[in-house]
Amino acid sequence: MAPHDDDHDHHHHGDEGSPLSPVALRVRALESILIEKGYVEEAALDAIIDTYQTKVGPRNGARVVARAWTDPDYLRRLSVDATSAIAELGFGGRQGEHMVIVENTPQQHNLVVCTLCSCYPWSVLGLPPVWYKSAPYRSKAVIDPRGVLADFGVDLPAGTAIRVWDSTAELRYLVIPMRPEGTEGWSEERLAALVTRDSMIGTGLPLGPEEAP
Amino acid sequence: MNGAQDLGGMMGFGPVRPEPDEPVFHAPWEPRALALTLACGTLGEWNIDISRHTRESLHPARYLSASYYEIWIEALTRLLAERGLVTEEELAAGRTLADAKPTRRPRLAAVDVAATLARGGPCDRPPESAARFAVGDRVRTRNFHPAGHTRLPRYARGKRGTIERVQGVFVFPDSNAHGGGEGPQWVYSVAFAGSELWGGGADPGHSVAIDSWESYLEPL
Repeated sequence: MAPHDDDHDHHHHGDEGSPLSPVALRVRALESILIEKGYVEEAALDAIIDTYQTKVGPRNGARVVARAWTDPDYLRRLSVDATSAIAELGFGGRQGEHMVIVENTPQQHNLVVCTLCSCYPWSVLGLPPVWYKSAPYRSKAVIDPRGVLADFGVDLPAGTAIRVWDSTAELRYLVIPMRPEGTEGWSEERLAALVTRDSMIGTGLPLGPEEAP
Repeated sequence: MNGAQDLGGMMGFGPVRPEPDEPVFHAPWEPRALALTLACGTLGEWNIDISRHTRESLHPARYLSASYYEIWIEALTRLLAERGLVTEEELAAGRTLADAKPTRRPRLAAVDVAATLARGGPCDRPPESAARFAVGDRVRTRNFHPAGHTRLPRYARGKRGTIERVQGVFVFPDSNAHGGGEGPQWVYSVAFAGSELWGGGADPGHSVAIDSWESYLEPL
């Protein structure tokens, strides 16, 4: 079947002795039936995949954070209406229709989870990583956020409060981490390179200036 | 429903294991599963709440042992079968055995993908009444255990919290997942002290906020 022939999978459809996994076979069967019946268009599937593989990802969110660090007016607009402020940079759409930002301060660190499914701000962070959708993260984040941070190698001062945001509705949360010290005068572009995906979920911190890629 | 999806506060799953330099997808079928789910969603045969409820209705043992894209594809298969769009027999045979049925909306064309994803599926609605609660109000979440879909997690039922943000009016999933219409309601961010949710041993600096529809809340 054409859709998969160019996948760099070591399995090849129809090859003896190298069967696809049951789920891979099932997805392949489903796809071919859906195309044959006219419910989906193969090129549309490819376009969806290309969007999330090459166009939408955490660099979008990093640009939002870097702008927020350098432009107080922008940060204000983000706080009032994050969806519109993020749209100013050209990001929006599916799973980013209703955005909210939460700002880290020396007093409070923010951590985002979806205990009930896998709600995640796709428009600014791309598709969620496997761990975000996994039972360990979804179960532990709300009851033991410090333990979760330890799993990520993050140790916050004992006096820092931790607020967990459980995305139970259609609001999607973006954490604005604290700007690293020693970056005075840096351009937005240089700053964006310090903003890791995890720092925008709350499971990580931004890179320091000496760690700049 | 009190299904396996309602994971907050459960124990025993072990540490979170971040994967350094993880790829967006881990097997070639995963992007196909994602794209099929999104493309079929545009046929208008179900809404996001029905879709979520179908996923959480998987047997708990299956839900907890499946990867997330496996959960997606199992739920998609079930949704398609329930509507007679693709039958189990067809899946087993790997080919079409019956004619296609009409769908509420036409299939998604490649040229429309960018615009469709950019539009997304906003589920805010214009307010038709004033919000019952204001920032700073003390509330208690209801203690209920519906057999159907709800977005009030078990760990946050019957708990005292404070309204922190008034987020607007949104489609009510508990109704929209079961053919009961959108029934939009005000949604609030409600914050709970860690000790209210988890007892006296909780870190004093620990708090959790959920987004709650108005009917989940009663005034304190």
